[in-house]
Amino acid sequence: MASRGIRDQVAVIGMGCTRFGELWDKGVDDLLTEAATDAVASAGVPLADIDAFWLGTMTSGICGVTLSRPLKIDYKPVTRVENYCATGSEALRNACYAVASGAYDVAMAIGVEKLKDTGYSGLTGVRPVGDGTDPGLSSPAAFSFLAPSYAHKYGVDRAQLKEVMSRIAFKNHANGARNPRAQFRKEVSMETIAKAPLVAGDLGVFDCSGVSDGAAAAIICRAEDAPRYCANPLYVKALAFVAGPAAGPIDPGYDYTTFEEVVRSAEDAYAQAGITDPRAQLAMAEVHDCFTPTELVLMEDLGFAARGTAWKEVLAGTFDRDGELPVNPDGGLKSFGHPIGASGLRMLFECWLQLRGEAPPERQIATVGPGRTLGLTHNLGGAPGEGVSFVGVVGTELG
Amino acid sequence: MAPSRSSGGIAAWGSYLPYWRLQRAAIGGVLGSGGGRGTRAVASFDEDTTTLGVEAARRALAVGPGAGAVQDLWLSTPDPAYLDKTSATTVHAALGLGRSAAAYDFAGSSRSAVGTLLGALGGAAAAGDSGRTTLTVVSDLRTGLAGSAEERDSGDAAAALVCAPEGAVAVLAGRGAASDEFLDRWRVPGEADSHVWEERFGEELYLPLAREAFAAALKDAGVAEGDVDHAVVTGLHARAVKAAAAGLGVRDGVLAPDLVGSVGNLGAAHAAVALCDVLERARPGQVVVVLSLADGADAFVLRTTEALAGAHQARAEAGIPSVADQVAAGRDDLSYASFLTWRGQLRREPPRRPDPERPGAPVVHRSESWKYGFVGSRCQVCGFRHMPPTRACLSCRAIDQMQPERLADVAGTVATFTIDHLAFSLSPPVVGVIVDFDGGGRYRCEITDVKASELAIGDRVTMTFRRVWTAQGVHNYFWKARPAIRPGDGSDGADGADGA
Repeated sequence: MASRGIRDQVAVIGMGCTRFGELWDKGVDDLLTEAATDAVASAGVPLADIDAFWLGTMTSGICGVTLSRPLKIDYKPVTRVENYCATGSEALRNACYAVASGAYDVAMAIGVEKLKDTGYSGLTGVRPVGDGTDPGLSSPAAFSFLAPSYAHKYGVDRAQLKEVMSRIAFKNHANGARNPRAQFRKEVSMETIAKAPLVAGDLGVFDCSGVSDGAAAAIICRAEDAPRYCANPLYVKALAFVAGPAAGPIDPGYDYTTFEEVVRSAEDAYAQAGITDPRAQLAMAEVHDCFTPTELVLMEDLGFAARGTAWKEVLAGTFDRDGELPVNPDGGLKSFGHPIGASGLRMLFECWLQLRGEAPPERQIATVGPGRTLGLTHNLGGAPGEGVSFVGVVGTELG
Repeated sequence: MAPSRSSGGIAAWGSYLPYWRLQRAAIGGVLGSGGGRGTRAVASFDEDTTTLGVEAARRALAVGPGAGAVQDLWLSTPDPAYLDKTSATTVHAALGLGRSAAAYDFAGSSRSAVGTLLGALGGAAAAGDSGRTTLTVVSDLRTGLAGSAEERDSGDAAAALVCAPEGAVAVLAGRGAASDEFLDRWRVPGEADSHVWEERFGEELYLPLAREAFAAALKDAGVAEGDVDHAVVTGLHARAVKAAAAGLGVRDGVLAPDLVGSVGNLGAAHAAVALCDVLERARPGQVVVVLSLADGADAFVLRTTEALAGAHQARAEAGIPSVADQVAAGRDDLSYASFLTWRGQLRREPPRRPDPERPGAPVVHRSESWKYGFVGSRCQVCGFRHMPPTRACLSCRAIDQMQPERLADVAGTVATFTIDHLAFSLSPPVVGVIVDFDGGGRYRCEITDVKASELAIGDRVTMTFRRVWTAQGVHNYFWKARPAIRPGDGSDGADGADGA
C-alpha cells in the first residue's frame, strides 16, 4: 500500500479568480459565473467541452446544482465537495484524479464561498446537532494556543514573538497591497498591527485573516493534451491530503508547536514530487496563514526552516516577496480573507501567475527561473491538533 | 434527655457557597442610594439552583455512605430550573447515582426545603429494615429588583444532607410545627422578585408560631431550653427571625452565627447551610435545634453521635471545604454591573455571532454519562485515558477495549490557556484552558470563577458542574474547570471587577 501520486499526469491549462472582498453586490451565482467564465476563456475551452466539474464550498451551496443551475450546464457530472478550510484544494484534487484516471478528458475544479451574507463576525459553520459539550472556542482562540507554546518551547520572549507575528502580517499585507484581487490593498505598519485590539490570546485583529467572498476555478486536462490548449501549462507534481485522528485536544503529549497533519501531508507531497530540499527547490509557497502564528509554525512543518528557527527567518525576511523563498506573495489569507471553498484555488492561481511569469512586474517574484520552477500550495482545516491538511506542488516543466 | 429513637439520621453533609460576593456598598455606589454593609453570595452567570445543588451534593457524597448508597434523591428549591421536567434527575446524572435511585423535586415554596429534610430524616429513622438512604439537596438563588432589600440581603447557596439508617452523625430527637395561612412573602410563577406585606404584620404572626413549634420540638425530644448546645433560627422575614432567636431562652453562645452579613439570607437553603456549619463545629453528644420560619414554623431537634468525630476527620482528609472556609474564600470584587448582567437585569450587547443552538435530546441522552457525569474512558490494553470517551484508542488503536472512568472528582493542571473575546458568553471573555488530568488524560474546556489576568500555566484546577448556556428554552449543562480551592483564599477586593 502506498501513496503514489499522479506526478506529471495532468496539467492546469486555464484559471480564473475573482476579486476577493466584501462583495455586497455579488451572489454565489455571480461569483461562480465569473470564475468559471474566466477559467474557460483562459484555457480557450468552451464551457460545453468541459466533461466534469468538482465544486468546492463549505456553506454556500449543497449539491452540484449549485454550479449547474447558474451556468446552465447540460447534464454533466457536477460533484460538490467539502473538507473544511481545505475545500478548494479538495475540489482540485478530485478533478485531477478524475482526469488522471482517464474517465474524462477535461475537468473543472471550482471553489466559492459567500461569507458576507450572514451578518456575523468570523466564520460560521453548519454543525450537526450536538450534545452541547463542545467548548465553543472561536477559531482565533483555538489557534492562539500556538503563540505562547512556541515562545515557551524555543525560549522566545512573548514580546519578541508578538513582533514575529506582526512581521508576518506586515509582509502579507505589503504583498496584498500590490494585488488588485486582494480584499485588503493597503500596507499596514508594524506598529498598527502590534497595537490592534486583541481577539484571542495574543492575537490582535491584524493577526487574523479577514472574512470575504470570492471564487476561483481551474481547468484540468491530461498532461499530454495540455500543449493543444496552452503553451505554458502548469503540471501537477503532487496532491497530498491527510486527516488526523484529532489527537491534539486529548493527548497530553501535544505541545501546540506543530501540525502533525501538515508534516505528514508535506512528506507525502515531497515524495510524490521528488522534492528533497523544499526551501531551495520551491520558487514560492502559498500557505494557509489563517492566523499569524499558523504561518510561523507552517514554515517549520513544511520544512522551510529548522525547528525553532522560523521566527528568526521571519524577522530576517527569508519569506518576503523578495526573500529567499517568497511565501504568500499574493498577500495570503491575510490580504484575501478566507472564502473557504475558494482559498485553495486562489493559492493555485498565484502559482499560475508567478511561475508562468504573468504576474504584473510590480509584484513578480525573482526566484522563478531555471532550476526553480515549482510552487507549493497548502491548506489547513480545523484547529491545531485536530484537522485536515492539503499540500500540492505544481511546476512549469515536465520531469 | 430521652434516648435517641433510632440510629438513623444525618450521615453526611456538604454545602456550597458560590465564589462570588457582591459588596452591598457597590449597589449604592451605582444607584446613588441603598446598599449597606457586608457582602452577599452571588451565583455565577453559569450557575442555577440545579448546579448549586450538584456542587453541595458532591461534597456530601465525598465521605460517608457515598453515591452508591443513595436510594432517593430529593431536590428542593423555590427556583427550579424547569417546570414539568424534573431537575433532580439532572443532579442524579451529574452525581453518577445508580439508575435504581429515585429522583424527585420539591419545588415552589421556601418551606418545602425543611419539609424535605424532615421527610428524609423520617425515612432514615424508619423501623427495622425499611429505613431509606436519602440525599436531600436544598438550593436557592435569590435575586430581586435592582435596589431592593431582597437583592441586597439575599444570597445564593445550596446544601446537601445524606440521611441514612446507619452511620448517623446526628439523629432526629424531636420535631414540632405550627402552620398558618397568611400573606407575608410571595411571587407568582415567572416573577423574579418577591412581594412582601408590611413587615410588622408578619412579625406579629411569626413570633407565636415560632414559640409553639420550638416548644413542641423540645417537648418531643424531651429536652429543655438549657440543654440546647446549638440553635439555628432562619427565615426570610429578618425581623421575625431576630426576635424569635432572642426569645428562645437558650444559653449564651448557643445561637449559630448569623451568615447574613457575609453571604446573605440564603432563603430556602439557609437552614440547611447553617446546620452544615453547626455540624462542622459541634462535638459528639450535643443537642442541636433548627427553627425555620416560613408560612408557619418548623423546629427539629438533633442529637449528635460519636460518629461525628470520625466524620470531621474524614472530611479534613478529603479536603472538603466547610461553610466557614467558603465564607472566607469568597471573592468580593464583583461589579454591580456584572451582577445585574448575570441575573438578566441588564441586557448587554452580544457579540456579532450566531446564538448557540439547543442541544439535541437524543444526542444528549447518548452522551449522558459524559455530559452529566464527566465519565471518560480508559483503554484496557494500553491505559490511555480518553475525554470524551471513545471506542477507538488514540494511543494503541484498540477498538472497544474501554473501561468507563468518572473524572469529575479528578484534579488537573493547566497546560495552557487562552482568552477568547469572540466566543459567545453571558460573561465574556470566555477563557479556554487545556487541562492535563492527574493520572492521565487531557481535555480542553472553559474555566470559570477566575480572572483571566490571574491565571497561569501550571495552575491547579478541579471540575465544576455548570449551566453553560440556555438556548430555545433548553438549559445546556456541562462541566467546566475552576481554580482549585486553597484553604484561606480570599480577596482584598482592591482591584476592579472584570467578572463580566
